Amino acid sequence: MLFNLFIVFFKIGLFTIGGGYAMIPLIEKDVVERNRWVTKEEFLDLLAVAQSAPGVFAVNISIFIGYKLRSVKGAVVAAVGNVLPSIIIILAIAVFFNSFSDNDIVNNVFKGLRPAVVALIAAPVFSVAKSARIGWTNVWIPILSAILIVTFGVSPVYIIMIAAVAGVLWGELKGGKQ
Amino acid sequence: MIFLELFYTFFKIGLFGFGGGYGMLSLIQGEVVTQHGWMSMQEFTDIVAVSQMTPGPIGINSATYVGYTSVINSGGTHLMAILGSLTASFAVMLPSFILMLIISRWLMRYSKHPRVEILFALLRPTVVGLIASAALLLMNNANFGSFTSSPLQFCISVALFIFAFVALRFFKWSPILILVICGLSGGICYGII
Repeated sequence: MLFNLFIVFFKIGLFTIGGGYAMIPLIEKDVVERNRWVTKEEFLDLLAVAQSAPGVFAVNISIFIGYKLRSVKGAVVAAVGNVLPSIIIILAIAVFFNSFSDNDIVNNVFKGLRPAVVALIAAPVFSVAKSARIGWTNVWIPILSAILIVTFGVSPVYIIMIAAVAGVLWGELKGGKQ
Repeated sequence: MIFLELFYTFFKIGLFGFGGGYGMLSLIQGEVVTQHGWMSMQEFTDIVAVSQMTPGPIGINSATYVGYTSVINSGGTHLMAILGSLTASFAVMLPSFILMLIISRWLMRYSKHPRVEILFALLRPTVVGLIASAALLLMNNANFGSFTSSPLQFCISVALFIFAFVALRFFKWSPILILVICGLSGGICYGII
């Protein structure tokens, strides 16, 4: 189990190109659908939490999933598995391959990879919207958040914080009525 | 003692780096280039480029690379530099590791509490907006090429984007297979042109 956890997160780390959000389809496939370590709803909750905690988004996600499965030991294994490919590849580049970003073949491959990475982030929006039960009553929430971030440059951290405060207040209000 | 300084610096970056890798980069730049002078701005820019191009979280990639370069620039050997890179990447993870353990325990214990359910009923749609905006912000010239100055690259990019989107969304292909195909296509197409 611990070994499987390590392998899954090693694989996710190895194929996450262009930051934490690119991890989402990989986690959906391996962690949610294939191994059923967390449900779709839990995964969404986790994204909100990992986004509002400091540190590296992708690592935060691996820590939670590892912890849920095998407590602290699982968290360490998942996090180490997740960052190990980075460390190995970066060290290899730093030691042996200083002109990595000037290499023509590398640049050509990346010209092909970049639009694919954008698609890998865009496609999960729809599956995630389904698990978040987006309907006519709450569709304004993702639209408004996206407008605030894209058009007005508001940091996603603030958006999550505002939503969290609103959620707590709403809970208070409902709790008061009962 | 550069190792202690690296540890302290990257612990601080891990603690105050909100909003993922890109938010962290400006913190790293401030500490490593401006405050400590461990490397030049040019060196830092190169490190950012490599961190974005290589697999793995950008925060970890840049911490590893910066740790290595800082020790080399301070006159250390390759072996000491590797230790420096391990120190930096360990230190950048440590604060969020502790914090996430506390949050995970809390989340698992109270996730069925009615008020927590209300909280997440609001947070889930917000996260959908966050992912959508991440995708929208990435649809730029840096990732697709400019339509006016490099129309051919732009067309190839759009084709690869549509292919990857359809393969993932409608045919449930593995994201890894999609990345391999698109990387190879880029290498072959742009190699020929």
